Parts: sequence; C-alpha cells; structure tokens
Amino acid sequence: MKIGVVTFPGSNCDYDCFKAVQEQMEAEAVYLWHREHDLQGVDAVFLPGGFSYGDYLRAGAIAAQSPIMREVAAFAREGGPVAGICNGFQILCEAELLPGALMRNRSLKFRSRQVHLRVERDDLPFTSGYTAGQVLRVPIAHGEGCYFADEATLARVEGEGLVAFRYSTPDGTINAEANPNGAARNIAGIVNERGNVLGMMPHPERAVDALLGSTDGLGLFRSLAAHLARA
Amino acid sequence: MTEYRIEVRVTPRRGILDPQGNAVAGALGTLGFRGVREVHVGRLIVFHMDAESEGEAKERGEAMCRQLLANPVTEDFSVQVAAAPGSAR
Repeated sequence: MKIGVVTFPGSNCDYDCFKAVQEQMEAEAVYLWHREHDLQGVDAVFLPGGFSYGDYLRAGAIAAQSPIMREVAAFAREGGPVAGICNGFQILCEAELLPGALMRNRSLKFRSRQVHLRVERDDLPFTSGYTAGQVLRVPIAHGEGCYFADEATLARVEGEGLVAFRYSTPDGTINAEANPNGAARNIAGIVNERGNVLGMMPHPERAVDALLGSTDGLGLFRSLAAHLARA
Repeated sequence: MTEYRIEVRVTPRRGILDPQGNAVAGALGTLGFRGVREVHVGRLIVFHMDAESEGEAKERGEAMCRQLLANPVTEDFSVQVAAAPGSAR
C-alpha cells in the first residue's frame, strides 16, 4: 500500500499527514512535489493543509492549476481515493473536483481550536470505521473555511447525501452555536457523487494520538487502509 | 500585434454575504463617515498583453477569469481593455 502526500510551496501539514499515513495506515508514504507529473503509482492521495502559494489570489486557486493536480484529477476521475484536508479541501473545490467554495470565515477570524463533528456518511473509503451519527473531536485551524454553494448546489449536495461531516455540539446537535465559520448547513466535509473524493476543513491528522488531545482522526486513516486492503 | 493594458476587477458576487465589506463599512462608520452602504472588497488585477485586437484581448482576459482569476461560485468579474501607454496603434 502506497500513499501520496502532495507538497505545494506553503503546505505545512504535509509531514503530519505523512506521519499519520506511515504510523496509522502502516503504509508506505511518499511526498509528491507540486511540479511533478507522476503519482508514482500510489493507491490514494492526500492534499494536506497549509497555505499553498501563500493563499495568493484565493486559497487553493493557484495550487489547483499545478502540474501534479492534473494527475490527481485524472486519478480521481478513475475512482482513486483523494482526501483534501483544510487547504486541500480548498484546492479540491478550486479544481472543481468538489462543488462549492470555501469563503472567509464569517467572523473574519482565524479559528484554531477543537470542534465536534457529526459523521454523516459511514459508507465511504475514508469513513467506514465510523458510525453515522457518531460525534468526533477534531481540531480546525483556518481563516477561510466557510463552505458556500448556491441553493441549487446545496439542494443537490443534500439530496445526493454528499455531506460527510457536519459541525455539531458534543451531543451531535447541528446548530449555529456549533458552527465555527458560518459554513452553509454546518458543512465541515463533503464528497463527490462517487464518494472517492473527500474534502474537509478539520484536521484528522492532528487527532491521531492522545498526546495531541484526541484520537478521533484515527478512524479516517484506518478506514482508508481497510478500504485499500479490500480493493 | 498591439500591446493592451488589461484591468480585471473581481468582486464578491452580489447577494452573497461579504464579511470583509461589512467590517470595512463598520470601521468607516466608527470614523464618522455617514451614509456609507453596500461596501464590498474585491481585487484589481492589472497586466499588459499583446493581442491582434481589443476584442481578442477582452476575450482572453475573460477566459483567464473563468479559469483562474475569479471563482465562478462566489465572485463576479469585469474586464476592461485599453491600448497600453506608448503602444503602436
């Protein structure tokens, strides 16, 4: 099992992701540089958090046009699992691999803290180790995580069940209080129709050890490992 | 070929909440500027480009907006084209 972690200039969660893959998936992890055209035969790709290209123009906009993203898009179209975390989610939206966009937090403040997430889908390559309705504790750290899409797109996202995670209270209630950034419908993470491309603002790779304050992110890496082992 | 100066204006799509614009509006009010409404913060992107005609320059500028300079989900754009200062016409 070989997992690629893409590094853009300005990525800063790539090592956390690399380490989570190595230790929690017991897989070979490789870095994929943004200028490369070769995915090195990986079985899944992570787009890590950070500030690719300094967030110039818009968060994720320039990274979405980088050479490696052409390969990631082709891999995704063939059904390969791709997960974008934080900046990675922004990049996936900018690359139009996921619907909608991530806008400036309503508060205009950078939010860095633990949040609660309700698992909405437990049938995905990334979430099969969770149970729908389960509440996770995972950190966020972003200034532009307010998920936005027009009403027609939101209706489709909801209708097709594309929401993977929602910001919730510790008991799983979805309300404005639990929403750290103003995201539409408390959306913290979504998938594409096929379910092989996941984007999420929270950082599961920062919740894989009790020392980090939570181990609730482990499930994501282990779900993917189990999925790939079955494939 | 003529050298054109292109100005691309990117603004938050009308009707979408613009927290940045609201914050600026609030600050202007605090400073005592009265009657300020509808504040929006966008981007101005300026560049020079060679093209056969003004129409071609505008078309290419708009293609750039659709592919990179603006996000079609959240932003509107407009492209203004003028002959670059000193360019042969």
